[in-house]
Amino acid sequence: MSIDLSIVLSGEFGQWLLRGFLLSIELTLVTLVLAFPLATVVALLRLSPWKALRGIGFAYVEGIRNVPLLAHLMFWYFGATQLLPEAARTWLYEHDAETICAIVALTLYTAAFMAEDVRSGIRSIPGTQLEAARALGIGYLRSMRLVVLPQAVRIIVPPLISQTLSLWKNTSIATVIGTAELMYQAQRVETATFRGVETFAVTTVAYLAVSCVITLIGVFYQRRYPVRAA
Amino acid sequence: MIEFRNVGKFYGSFRALDDVTETIARGEVVVISGPSGSGKSTLIRTINRLEPIDSGQILLFGQDIHRPGLDVDRFRSGIGFVFQQFNLFPHLSALDNCTLAPMKVRGVSEAEARERALALLDRVGLADKARSYPAQLSGGQQQRVAIARALAMEPPLMLFDEPTSALDPEMVSEVLLVIRDLAHQGQTLVCVTHEMGFAREVADRILFMDEGKILERATPEDFFDRPQHPRTQQFLSDLRSPFARNV
Amino acid sequence: MIDLIHNYWLYFLIGQYPDGPLGGLALTLLLGVAALGLALPLGIVLGLARTSSLRALRWPVTALVYVVRGTPLLMVIFWAYFFLPAVTGHQTSQFTTMLAALVLFNGAYLAEIVRAGIQGIPRGQSECARALGLGYWQSMRAVILPQALRNMLPSLVAQFVTTLKETSLGYIIGLSEVSFIAGQINAQVITQPVQVYTILALTYFLMCFGLSRVVRVLEKRGERSVATQ
Repeated sequence: MSIDLSIVLSGEFGQWLLRGFLLSIELTLVTLVLAFPLATVVALLRLSPWKALRGIGFAYVEGIRNVPLLAHLMFWYFGATQLLPEAARTWLYEHDAETICAIVALTLYTAAFMAEDVRSGIRSIPGTQLEAARALGIGYLRSMRLVVLPQAVRIIVPPLISQTLSLWKNTSIATVIGTAELMYQAQRVETATFRGVETFAVTTVAYLAVSCVITLIGVFYQRRYPVRAA
Repeated sequence: MIEFRNVGKFYGSFRALDDVTETIARGEVVVISGPSGSGKSTLIRTINRLEPIDSGQILLFGQDIHRPGLDVDRFRSGIGFVFQQFNLFPHLSALDNCTLAPMKVRGVSEAEARERALALLDRVGLADKARSYPAQLSGGQQQRVAIARALAMEPPLMLFDEPTSALDPEMVSEVLLVIRDLAHQGQTLVCVTHEMGFAREVADRILFMDEGKILERATPEDFFDRPQHPRTQQFLSDLRSPFARNV
Repeated sequence: MIDLIHNYWLYFLIGQYPDGPLGGLALTLLLGVAALGLALPLGIVLGLARTSSLRALRWPVTALVYVVRGTPLLMVIFWAYFFLPAVTGHQTSQFTTMLAALVLFNGAYLAEIVRAGIQGIPRGQSECARALGLGYWQSMRAVILPQALRNMLPSLVAQFVTTLKETSLGYIIGLSEVSFIAGQINAQVITQPVQVYTILALTYFLMCFGLSRVVRVLEKRGERSVATQ
């Protein structure tokens, strides 16, 4: 049995893999953009002075983190869609329901993990900084925005980059609901060509390549912006 | 200007403030002193609501400042507070530390805020350090920037919570000189401090606290030469021991 | 919903057993325990290799760990699924495939946890052991590893929680773990997908949340014992 990469890389099959790869990247980027603000909101909920708000934040984080991503995906795609009114459901299925459901599940899942990293980052800024800003008459949210968060960012970025790496790998699970990302396309190509080794080798390299880039970004960031000892 | 009426405060079961009643007039310079844990920091922090109170009232310009409906931020922008640990914002330069509040709270234009900040930094002797970051400044310099930052809001009242306690000895006087100048310019000032030499020279009145109560209130001469309360007498004699650095 | 639970609870819990192989929640737990149980020795071996002074040992293992951690678990599962039969010479069951993939994947993650645990033990400990005349392996076994493993306990339980969640991917190769069973139930009932998947989510939540509470208790106990040292 000879190994022939060209079958998998060129023509129709190469196109499939490329499209899957691009969709995986798209899923990652869209989820990142949506998950980070959500994570910040949840982190601030968990840090707020009111028990009810703290409870909501806690319920969100623990409720989502303790359920596997696969179950989330199945819930949104098979379950939640049935709760929608008829018109919305039809619209959804005409507009790439698989991708939309994948983004919803991935965003909620990733935000739950990111929220914890944002929260630790904010907590590591001494409370006296917030106090000093409030003593000047600056309101709570503005003090967070102008004084605490800018300092917390440096501490938050490294674990967030680590979350991005997990997110990139997690996009592969969307294949179970039929999202046509890289893993899905790889299975398609394998079924069509019976070339398991080549297909999976190429797919593995593709995942590793992006993982490598993300890790390098993290290394560069930490070198350029080391965490300042207070 | 400031009126305390039977103010009480508990931390759990510990009584931090015990039926405090006192009045501070406009233009007065009041020093609050006493042993550690006497409640002096707690008292000054209740004035700008960094600490809540459990009983009694605090009136500022006749208004109850601990009432629920108060716009806390607007209220605080009228009081300047200087912390023991300076608490400068490390990600901003000295100049930006001073322009932040005027711009964001009062809506002052950037040009005007900068002009005012530079004038204030000059007043505390740090005009040349305007672009420096807190990490590049000594403790004494940082505290002087903190004073300029508080002054930038042009508050009628300035509060100092042990402003020199965290400083190395050689930097204490540069900060005390700035506070003294403020006092001489007519600023209403309440200062919690152990620096008795400063108190003697600058204060209009000294309040001595212990166990949450004000035990003695006197002018500096009366306080140092004719202390009434036995606890005050003990405190002063401890200060005069060979090992004390203040008096 | 009550009917749903009433009709399917046994199927959900143990799958087709005894008319078929074990499935459902029981299989999920079994797989999780087996995977972590086998991954731990692998993780210790790899972790020791990562801290070793021999470059010939350190570099290949580091490379292996980075490759496995940069690849999605699903990919590793597919590799196992397609190539274990070829490598071992006979048909591998879905359980074995999934187990192999989980052991390799978690072994690589545990290697990092073990490495951090070993490097967290103050150098004085190993110096003391060597000064007493204990060799490398002896000091590892008798002095370093016992302390490191105790410190790592919270991280190990946390990794177990992750492993339990990872078992859900067995769905894709048709392993009858609890997510797959949920899918089967949904296909039979059709009209109650929200209820089925909510029950699935709740099951995972109770399991994993319960275990993460155990992690918190372990962490607190660890802090206290350090403080009294």
